[in-house]
Order: sequence, then C-alpha cells, then structure tokens
Amino acid sequence: MTWEMVIGLETHVELATKTKIFCSCTTEFGGAPNTHCCPVCTGMPGTLPVLNEKVLEYAVKTGLALNCEITRYNKFDRKNYFYPDLPKAYQISQLYLPIARHGAVPICTESGVEKDIRIHEMHMEEDAGKLVHDPWIDQTRADYNRCGVPLIEIVTEPDFRSAEEVIAYLEKLRSTLQYLGVSDCKMQEGSLRCDVNLSVRPAGTEEFGTRTEMKNINSFKAITRAIEYEARRQTELIEEGKRVVQETRRWDENKDATFTMRSKENAQDYRYFPEPDIPPIEITEEYLDRRRAELPEMAEEKMIRYQAEYSLPAYDAEMITGQRALADFFEETVALGAPAKEVANWIMGQIMRQLSAQGMEAKDMTFTPKTMARLIALVSGGTLNRNTAVKVFDAVFMDDGDVDAYVKEHGLEQVSDAGLVNTAVEEVFAANPKSIEDFKSGKEKAFGFLMGQTMQKLKGKADPKVVNAAIRSKLGQM
Amino acid sequence: MKITEEMVDYVSILSRLKLPEEEKAKMTGELEQIVSYMDVLARLDTSEIEPMSHVFPVRNVFRADEVVPSYSRAELLKNAPVPDKEAFLVPKTVE
Repeated sequence: MTWEMVIGLETHVELATKTKIFCSCTTEFGGAPNTHCCPVCTGMPGTLPVLNEKVLEYAVKTGLALNCEITRYNKFDRKNYFYPDLPKAYQISQLYLPIARHGAVPICTESGVEKDIRIHEMHMEEDAGKLVHDPWIDQTRADYNRCGVPLIEIVTEPDFRSAEEVIAYLEKLRSTLQYLGVSDCKMQEGSLRCDVNLSVRPAGTEEFGTRTEMKNINSFKAITRAIEYEARRQTELIEEGKRVVQETRRWDENKDATFTMRSKENAQDYRYFPEPDIPPIEITEEYLDRRRAELPEMAEEKMIRYQAEYSLPAYDAEMITGQRALADFFEETVALGAPAKEVANWIMGQIMRQLSAQGMEAKDMTFTPKTMARLIALVSGGTLNRNTAVKVFDAVFMDDGDVDAYVKEHGLEQVSDAGLVNTAVEEVFAANPKSIEDFKSGKEKAFGFLMGQTMQKLKGKADPKVVNAAIRSKLGQM
Repeated sequence: MKITEEMVDYVSILSRLKLPEEEKAKMTGELEQIVSYMDVLARLDTSEIEPMSHVFPVRNVFRADEVVPSYSRAELLKNAPVPDKEAFLVPKTVE
C-alpha cells in the first residue's frame, strides 16, 4: 500500500521590535541572565502589562502579506499553565479572536509542485523564559531575558504532503518576514521555531490518521529528517497492525529519531479566559490602509522587475530575491554604477560561496556594495584580471577591506604592457621547444601548457586574453 | 453546579498546589458557594446580550517601542524564595 503524509505546521516567530510585548525591556538576544527584566516580565504581583504598538503593526503587516483577513475587533486571552518558564503562571495569548485568519501562501517546490498552503490563523503572544538545569546543584535556573519577547504564531491547515513542501513554505515564510523587516528569522537563535503535526493515511483516502506533534525543531535540515523519520515510524506501526498514539514527541538530532515526551500532568487544560489587563483592540480601515502602504516590494515583484529592468535571467532573479539582504545588496551595487549582470554573477558565485564557507547569513554580511562596485570597476577597467579579482575579494570579504590598498600593497595590477607579455612568451618558448613541436604536430594540449607557463611567469597578473593573443601570434610566425 | 473533591484535586494539580485533607473539604465547600452564584446569574436571559470581555469602555491602549533600562537584577531576585546571584532557582523541571 502507498502511504501519504499529512502535515500541518505551527511556526513561532520572534518579532524584531526593540522592546518586549508588554514592557519596555530590551529584546536583545543574549545578555547576562535576568538583566533584561523588570517587574512586568518577571510576573510580579500588581504590575500592569501594556501592549507595544509595534507588535500590532508587525502582526498586521504579516497578516496582510500572508493574504489573511485581519480581525477588526481583537482581544487577548489568558492561557493558564503552571511552569517556571512563565513566572505569571499564565501566558498572554490570543485564542478566540486572533489577529489574522484565512490566509494563503503560494509555494513552488524544487520538484515543481505548485500549490497554496492555507493559513488557519495567526496570533500574537509572549515568549517564555529559558530554563537551564544545573546538575551540580540539581536545580533549574530560570532566566527571564526572553520572557515577554513578542511572538506571532502562524498556524497552517494540514495542507502539506511532503517534507519538500514544508521546506518550500518555510523558505517562503522566512523570505516574506525578512522582506517585511518584522523578524530576523534566525533559527539558531530561536527566532523562528517550528512544531510539526504529522499523520499518515493510505494514498487517495480522505480521512485523517492519528497525528503526533513534534516540537521546536530548529533547522530546515532537522525538519526534513524529523518528518521522514516520523512518517516512516507511523507507517511501520500501522503496517504491523499497531496504533499511532496521539502525543507530543521530541526530535533528537543526535540519535536521528523521535521520542515520547513525558507529558506535563494534564497540562492541556489551559482554562483560557479573556485577559482583563489588556483592553480590546479595534483596527480601523485607515489603520489597515497605512499598513498596506508600508508593505515593501516583495520577492516575487522584485523577481519580475529584475528580469524586465536589468534583463537578468529568471534563475538569477530568483536566487538574488530569495533573501532580502542579497536583493538589497544587488540594488545598492547597481545603483553605484556596476553592470547588473556582473553584480548578479558576483553574488551568485563568489558571495554565496564565501557565505557558505563562513557559515554566515547574507544579512550578517559586512562586505559592502561600495567595495563590490569598486572591485567590479577594477576588473572592467583592466586593472585586475578575473582570477586576481577573486583573490582580492576573498582577502577583503570578511572585514570589507580597502580593495585599492590591497591591490597596491600586493602589486596585483594586471600586466597589460605588451612588451612584458612578449618577453615572457619568448622566455617560455625558448625553454620549451618540445611543446612547440608538439603543437605544430597538432597537439592542441601543448597550447594550454604554454599559456599556463606564461601566466605563471607573469605571476597570474596578466590579462589572459592578451597572453593568448601573444602566444597565437608568435606560433603563427613560426 | 456541584463541586466534588476530585475537581478540587484536579485544579490543585493544575496549579501545583498541595492541599492538606481538611483544607480540601473546606475548599470544596467554598468553591461550591462561588460557583453556585453562577447558577443564579444563569437564570437571567442573556440571549439578546453581546458577551463582554472588559468592564470599562477602554480601547487601544498602546506603548511606544522605546527601550527603558531594565530593573536591577539584585532587586528582582530579592523577591525569589531561592535565588542565586544571577537567576531564580526552581526544582528540576528539564527532562
């Protein structure tokens, strides 16, 4: 029998506001434990939370970008649970009237599946603190720096049928959030976290199987592996005649498997009720219009424009617009006068190679458009040949060094002086009579050898075209 | 509505409270009194009335997104039953 997986996602996104959702403490990542805290976010009695206006703005913009209906009359609800990561013993969240509903995210997977993933709802809530167990004293340390950092939770309908579709959606979501500037989406810092709800059923049937939930998986790679593992586990259970138990499972990255999580006793009973401390929020048509007007040009629009305005191939346009930081870099470099296709080639070749080698994200890149434009100008002006330019790029990439100073210091200016090139060619010819004979008897390979020797003699700084022409002409005279 | 001792047990588990037996009985009676008042309210016909979540006619109370220096950690930790120099200490919770 062929089995089909059915997946729904809950994605928590930390918003990039300066302050927490209900108090004025900084949201900065890290910091010594409990130094980004105040009586509100540590849950002291008698304190009054007040909603950060930016949180609402960011949530509304995200809702609009995900094609959702925005809820005009909003309120918050109190989700009660007693666990030390939230010192109030409840989380302020939205259950009954979430800020956005009924959206859709169009995706296109690598193998060409095109479909809409429906958004069930999106709501605002506060993040919890961090608990770290100290085995030395056998106690748990609570750090509330993260407590109260604003989150939006985006819940999809069970519309995914493969891990590939999940990844395509998450990439699209991440790009959208980054274009909006509402989150930095750093998975390794936990600003984008995913819970995966998964069940399996015989392909072609309508009824859902029993699902399990996998919590807080923190990389795209881990998500793919967790989905594939869990689908296989459930399929095998059913084929052996056993039942899938509805439960929360933990993905263990090191063991490459999911495990049952010991359930917090009856913790599913959250006894929600309307949050009395936060007055309701009414969203007017004018407010929505303002947010709509603030929406930036998104990846798809840029992609179309790059092809039309800069004649970039579709592939280049798609790669560059995939991340806002790269698109911004591209546009700024072009604005400095560099030819668009050249800039695109540098981004997709050398910049992406360096980013992946450094394990760095484009948005954290310190290399500036100004330096890129200068390097491109040096190549087109004939001062540097391409190979040398790549070496210079590698040398200045990490600290955005001064290209001109580096070229000068290392004497890398291209040799285009015909006299120097010809002298080198003559020396090489004198030293390699056998290769010249080989070439004359029809071995084209010998040409490459002569070329290589001459370039080496010129320390790689010559324009290969000039050297090529010089060798051809000399051979032609023989 | 009848409040049973099982209900009190359940709620105390949810709120991590350990109630001695005699207090449990007392609590059961008190909770029942409170909840029975809801029965009185339930007699009213509310079919034509919009549910209300907030008592005061206040809407849209916001704060600007501007950082204010956080509180002194030492002061905050003073309120904890068991702190160390940096953190609130709680019984082992991480699995």
